[in-house]
Amino acid sequence: MSTPTEELKPLAKKKKKVPFNYEPYIRGGKLPHIWCPGCGHGIVLKSLLRAIHTTGMSKDDIAMVSGIGCSSRTPGYVDFNTLHTLHGRALAYATGLKLAKPKLKIIVTTGDGDALAIGGNHFIHACRRNMDMTILVYNNAIYGMTSGQSSPTTPQGMISTTGRYGSIEPPFDTCQLAQAAGATFVARGTAYHFQELEKIIYEAILHKGTSVVDIIDACPTYYGRFNKYKTPSEMMEKIEKEGTVSVKQAEKLTPEELQGKFLRGIIHRSERPEYCEEYNKLVATVQAKK
Amino acid sequence: MAVAEKEKRTFRIDIYENLCKGCSICVDYCPTNVLAMDGNLVIVKDLDACNGCQLCDNRCPDFAIQVFEE
Amino acid sequence: MANQKKRFMQGNEACTEGAFYAGCRFYAGYPITPSTEVMEICGTRLPKVGGVFIQMEDEIASICAIVGASLGGLKAMTATSGPGFSLMQEGLGFACMTEVPCVIVNVMRSGPSTGFPTGPSQSDVMQAKWGTHGDHPAIVLSPASVEEIFHETVRAFNLSEIYRTPVILLYDEIIGHMREAITIPEPGAVEVINRVAPNCPPNEYKPYDNKLGDIAPLASYGDGYRFHVTGLYHAADGFPTNNTKMIEDAARRLLRKVDDNKERIWKNEEYFLDDAEIGIFAYGVSARSAKFAVRELRKKGIKAGLLRPITIWPFPDAAVEEMSKRVKAIIVPEMNLGQIVYEVERAAKGRCDVKGIFRVDTEPIRPIQIMDCITGAVLALSEAKNGAKPPVSTMTEMMVERDMIDG
Repeated sequence: MSTPTEELKPLAKKKKKVPFNYEPYIRGGKLPHIWCPGCGHGIVLKSLLRAIHTTGMSKDDIAMVSGIGCSSRTPGYVDFNTLHTLHGRALAYATGLKLAKPKLKIIVTTGDGDALAIGGNHFIHACRRNMDMTILVYNNAIYGMTSGQSSPTTPQGMISTTGRYGSIEPPFDTCQLAQAAGATFVARGTAYHFQELEKIIYEAILHKGTSVVDIIDACPTYYGRFNKYKTPSEMMEKIEKEGTVSVKQAEKLTPEELQGKFLRGIIHRSERPEYCEEYNKLVATVQAKK
Repeated sequence: MAVAEKEKRTFRIDIYENLCKGCSICVDYCPTNVLAMDGNLVIVKDLDACNGCQLCDNRCPDFAIQVFEE
Repeated sequence: MANQKKRFMQGNEACTEGAFYAGCRFYAGYPITPSTEVMEICGTRLPKVGGVFIQMEDEIASICAIVGASLGGLKAMTATSGPGFSLMQEGLGFACMTEVPCVIVNVMRSGPSTGFPTGPSQSDVMQAKWGTHGDHPAIVLSPASVEEIFHETVRAFNLSEIYRTPVILLYDEIIGHMREAITIPEPGAVEVINRVAPNCPPNEYKPYDNKLGDIAPLASYGDGYRFHVTGLYHAADGFPTNNTKMIEDAARRLLRKVDDNKERIWKNEEYFLDDAEIGIFAYGVSARSAKFAVRELRKKGIKAGLLRPITIWPFPDAAVEEMSKRVKAIIVPEMNLGQIVYEVERAAKGRCDVKGIFRVDTEPIRPIQIMDCITGAVLALSEAKNGAKPPVSTMTEMMVERDMIDG
């Protein structure tokens, strides 16, 4: 038996600052990721991993499911049960998986095009069912993987390769859509507000039922370039910081002042029976009748 | 408590060149101008100025920079 | 056999019985005629055995959900028809690519598009093989009776687990809605194959490892094996690759899984084929008419015989080749405008005449049509030889129809 030398040292006055260690959550040899320089997805991923760490959940009990697109590449980098599926269909796969293995915590990483265009139907029905899963919509208002086409969240007037003269389509508000469809936890964060985002995702994961987080982040390569943003930082400042107000700040603002700004924070929270629990009740009732 | 007694804290900044994509977010957001761009790469130009706020790490999309207190 | 009860049931019901017998514990689907009974029965029965039933928002979601459930470790199935099967094609390709076992039932109705929902058809045989894009393996089973639907459903689950690939059960509206007496075997009487789980430690597990053969064990999510699944071309560890050699290896391996084992997957019924001079190649409901026609023709001294594929994909090349060496002509009756007939032609390699009988008015092909075609073929053959008159059918269509009902 040797005495640990550490015990003899005087206690440090202040705890030393150490950076968060992402290593246990990142699969060996998978970095660098495919995302472009300045892409907000990496910042979102880091907030997500810190949030998961705080929950203390076992990596074996987390399944990350995605569709197709830049954001949907997330599962390939992280050390969970990971499923990279078809464009728009992540929620359908997630629904099957959750019902088959209810102990799994399902986190779906999807994009604005994946979730709200091609996967729009699955999105509203997932919200309606209120199955316990967290849907993270990495919302950069453009199709990045296919090099910059308009998406269902591209603001009117903005340029894309399929909207060279500016988009004339009104965009979806992810949160309003999710809330109307029945999601019981609806929130919005941005890559710029990384700390707030971490807290929101943490709350979303712990929420029982379908939680949706709309995450505004930047696509400097396409959206930024087409729309005359000079740097990723400028996009973060103008779109994520100046383009949003927290739910608290919004209370003090007039409708005119809120015009064109996205609400940030937990926008809606309610309680409704969770699907898997309801299904288990149904099974118990049916089996009791036998 | 006397402010004068505050200890000078020192930091080490690790930049992983294989991961850095040169987006300059860390340089733009560093509150004490510790970092600078050298072409497409981030360099530490004034380590003494670092206050260990970790903003560079938290906003780095590429897992390419970390700050350790020495 | 005393305690084995005979039950009178519909084809679609027999399909669910087969699924439960095989251990199916997950059903996701979307209502569509003429397959809906499969879904309704699953919705009633699965909760009773602790299984999962969910009605999804469309067929696309349905096939995705069963693949998700299968990755969670449950045997899973969906059933659909025509337009729904079209919607499932992308998901079918994903299941092929990711090698996730599942069973898809397609009760064929008349198409294209909405077509004639309540009318039978056999026009999805090519879609079942080629519907999803890219080269991919296909195992498609084509039962022709209610009892056979039961057994082929069990076999579909078994093949799916053995070869880690989706298996399609393809039958027409008539077989699906027809009622016949069947005996459900006692548990254990019919072999049920379960998934091979990995026996290596989780950190060594590779979901597409081909070191020990083309089919690797499949772990379930949540059991400690944290693996990656993607529809992108991937390496043995499941992660995407752009290595050209790995891509080719993976593509070839996918096809090889079925190609190298086709003798184990093939299943045919031969009826009076040994001495046949005229062969019939027919599947599903058309094979029932063909069987009747063979019996009637034999009574008239015409040596007709039937080759009925129960596995329609992989295509029974060897059986057709063998038949083509022995018969003078092969007649292919099918309820479409010519699909599997060209496969028969390909496999016969010009050794004999191949002639299709097509019917798309949503009525089944009747025995008399096949008989007339065959007597015509015999006539043509004998005229070519010596000008002698062959026997000619004198039966009326009415009689044939009544006889079909009776026997």
